[in-house]
Amino acid sequence: MKRISIEFVVGLFLIAGLVGFCYLAVSLGGVRVGQDSYLLTARFVSASGLKKDAEVELAGVAVGTVTAIRFDPKTFEAVVDLAIPRDARIQEDAIASIRSTGLIGGKFVKITAGGSERILTPGDEILETESSISLEELISKYIFESSEKGSPDPLE
Amino acid sequence: MSGGLEKTGHHYFSLIEAVGRMGLFLLQCLFRAATPPVKLYPVVQQIHFIGARSSWVVVTAGLFTGMVVALQFYDTLVRFGSVDLLGSAVALSLIRELGPVITALMVTGRAGSAICAEIGIMRISEQIDALECMGIDPYRFFLTPKLLAGLVAVPVLTILFDLAGLVGGWFVGVVLFGVGEGTYVQGLRGGIEWNDVAMGLVKSIVFGGLIVWFCAAKGYFLHYERAGAFGPEGVSRVTTNAVVLSSVSVLFADYLIGSLML
Repeated sequence: MKRISIEFVVGLFLIAGLVGFCYLAVSLGGVRVGQDSYLLTARFVSASGLKKDAEVELAGVAVGTVTAIRFDPKTFEAVVDLAIPRDARIQEDAIASIRSTGLIGGKFVKITAGGSERILTPGDEILETESSISLEELISKYIFESSEKGSPDPLE
Repeated sequence: MSGGLEKTGHHYFSLIEAVGRMGLFLLQCLFRAATPPVKLYPVVQQIHFIGARSSWVVVTAGLFTGMVVALQFYDTLVRFGSVDLLGSAVALSLIRELGPVITALMVTGRAGSAICAEIGIMRISEQIDALECMGIDPYRFFLTPKLLAGLVAVPVLTILFDLAGLVGGWFVGVVLFGVGEGTYVQGLRGGIEWNDVAMGLVKSIVFGGLIVWFCAAKGYFLHYERAGAFGPEGVSRVTTNAVVLSSVSVLFADYLIGSLML
């Protein structure tokens, strides 16, 4: 049997490193290799907490990403670009809403399917939107509304 | 009194000189690496010594590090009912921090000390002077290949460490504690972004350079060390210094790169 040469061991070592790196970068790191997608836009009254690269969920499955968030000075709205896989067809009356993954979780965009016959084409806008819900606002609303109604204040 | 002052001044003077020597050493190596002829075979030999022969140590260290990280995180996360974060927590701590740092420390201990002692012995047995007499450039002959090998081998070792750690975390989380297989794997995928992988990679390349630079330079400049240190005692002292210096600089650089890239 031929003695295993240094070159062979080093080659094996480097290949192992390269394969491991590709696994980390592509499989875990989420470097997208030529994913076929198209862009839709959606306008929100508030995109508070939404970040670039946040997930876009269709039927609860993360399929797309948020590619850009801009501020429109004319309408005072947030314009959000959504990358959707090409085979996912979004109806004209679909609803885009910003939701959070839990009490302390990050924000994502949830698209609820509509019933229309017309399918949105690349570059179109999703007209039905729901802004992000701020938990703090909900809580403060609850507290102040109940005290305005004259309900007995527990502190008095 | 003036004697004490003179001594202190001399001490700082030689310290600054040592820093300058180290800097010039790195520049010389990089210059040799950028200009032909760069011989490939010595680099391959050094990758074999620094990298391939350290793989088992590094993989074993990675496996146990991943296991203990998963153990600790599981114990904490289970109190908050957030065991689904186990995969992300293990992967992030391994890929960003523990992988590069522990691999660098293992390489310092295993290969860095050997590099320093080898070059130090070449210096005290006047082999380096012999090379120079024969008109052979010691930088091109054996220093630059070591530096290049360090820059290649340490990132590869770090990746092996990371993968072994993820497997170790999987073993403790999924097999021992019964976290769902899919939960763990999904945590890995969801928790890691390209940025984290890039940070680990940059760190490991820098660490590889730092380790070989300090260890080789310390051995090479053995004869500039304080008087009476030439000989076996000098080699042992210089090797200790090199290991301490490169370990501390790795930890320092880790914080620096972390704060720059986060």
